[in-house]
Amino acid sequence: MIKTDKVLDAKGLACPMPIVKTKKAMTELSAGQVLEVQATDKGSKADIAGWAKNTGHQYLGTVEEGDVLKHYLRKSNPEETKEESKYPHVISNDELKKKLEDNEGIVVLDVREPAEFAFNRIKGAISIPLGEMEERYTELNKDDQIYVVCRTGNRSDMAAHLLSEKGYNNVVNVVPGMSEWDGETTGNN
Amino acid sequence: MSLKPLTAKEVTTKVINKEPLFILDVRNESDFSDWKIEGESVKSINVPYFDLIDGVEGIVDQLPKDENILVVCAKEGSSKFVGEQLVEAGFGQVSYLSGGMKAWSEHLEPVKIGDLKDGGSIYQFVRIGKGCLSYMIASNGEALVVDTARMTDVYEKFASEQNLTIKYVVDTHLHADHISGGRKLAESTGGAYYLPPKDAGEVTFEHEELIEGNNFVVGNTTVEVQPIYSPGHTIGSTSLIVDGSYLLTGDILFVESIGRPDLAGKAGDWADDLRETLYSKYKNLSMDLIVLPAHFSQVSELGENGQVKAELGELYKKNEGLNISDAERFNKTVSENLPPQPNAYQEIRQTNMGKIDPEEEEQREMEIGPNRCAVHG
Repeated sequence: MIKTDKVLDAKGLACPMPIVKTKKAMTELSAGQVLEVQATDKGSKADIAGWAKNTGHQYLGTVEEGDVLKHYLRKSNPEETKEESKYPHVISNDELKKKLEDNEGIVVLDVREPAEFAFNRIKGAISIPLGEMEERYTELNKDDQIYVVCRTGNRSDMAAHLLSEKGYNNVVNVVPGMSEWDGETTGNN
Repeated sequence: MSLKPLTAKEVTTKVINKEPLFILDVRNESDFSDWKIEGESVKSINVPYFDLIDGVEGIVDQLPKDENILVVCAKEGSSKFVGEQLVEAGFGQVSYLSGGMKAWSEHLEPVKIGDLKDGGSIYQFVRIGKGCLSYMIASNGEALVVDTARMTDVYEKFASEQNLTIKYVVDTHLHADHISGGRKLAESTGGAYYLPPKDAGEVTFEHEELIEGNNFVVGNTTVEVQPIYSPGHTIGSTSLIVDGSYLLTGDILFVESIGRPDLAGKAGDWADDLRETLYSKYKNLSMDLIVLPAHFSQVSELGENGQVKAELGELYKKNEGLNISDAERFNKTVSENLPPQPNAYQEIRQTNMGKIDPEEEEQREMEIGPNRCAVHG
């Protein structure tokens, strides 16, 4: 089970209806939330991905369960694409990749939504979505060097701020993050 | 003004007659770039339907005001959705492709190729959407069908209209680009199904062997069908000479290209066989033979009334694949930089061997897309 904010049942519908309904459902979500679309039309996979690409939303992936295709989409936030990382300690994707290759004990904290994490993540990363940081930051060890990652470096910037306010002094934001990550990844696909 | 359906048959007629046709294809970009309706007089643009959910205002400038516009999608639902919006926006001559690209992929157009010497005729069944060609040789109430497509009802209906009994069903080779209807047609008509033994090693059902020298007689006169063993596309590939006038080449030789030797996984081994067939075996045949291939890959190959054919002698002058004198260069041409393999070709081969038996809907999906059996020189 992948945690989502809304489930849309489009089973039994032929195109264009799965997309028409997806579009409507997305307008009812707030930015950052994840939608699961259940469809039986095989063509919906390529079309959902194409629609997301053209509208700027994020297509996360599809899981097939019998005849049902479950598509996962995340509503994008217009601010996400802006480059305004304020947290001073940052590391590039490449530098982190090198560190991961050299040191197995490294802590990577992924603050994206569970559905984003599910399909594509750095092996061994810990998942705490940004929205749950306030309640769950104590799961992390203050002495660890923590590398915070999200899709574009924005949510991880906010998470890094929050952690440093809570007294975590060895926190580094990974820029830009998973959107351009070319190192090894894992996921349930 | 209202939105009208246009059948795959009507679109085929327009393509063959080179009537102007403007197509708005609303499938996603990758499906469109992979495979679309083509024709000398066809103009098409691609705007996915999911970009038009809020309306068509953004594309009205790209559409002709006074021409017929055909909206096309995968099955037809989205083309109706977009077509209705175009009608509302004031476009007067809008239609949608009935059944979508699925119907386009399945349409078979029978075209008469010519008469046989002792009575009877030879027909070509043009599967225009996929570029597949099959044949019916008819004489004195009997018929032999070659390289049958999956839609066997078309041949049965055609035969019954002409009072023909389908006595023989032949596949020139084990197909990798489409599901053969041979077995089904033979079962339903009581005819015998022939396959080349070297391609049928793993076939799970009973069939007859298509062997050089064992000629067929169609009708009660002397319409002879002579199998000629001609390996290269597959190891078993066998050509047929019909009535001393027509050479059915299967996937060995096409009008503008030659067969590819890699679809059964053995490009290197079979390149030499292919060269031997094309550069020596076929060369010993009469240059007046009319070549009738199992495929075309470009609409430019469609001639008068949609026929696809050429004289063997002409092909030795014009077809680049027959004019690569250096053997090494030939081998390179047919085994390197090949086009992508046909959609689901492994599963299609398994189906044609009787090893798997997918549902009809799944068979349709497997066959979507162009045939891609040729190497262009």
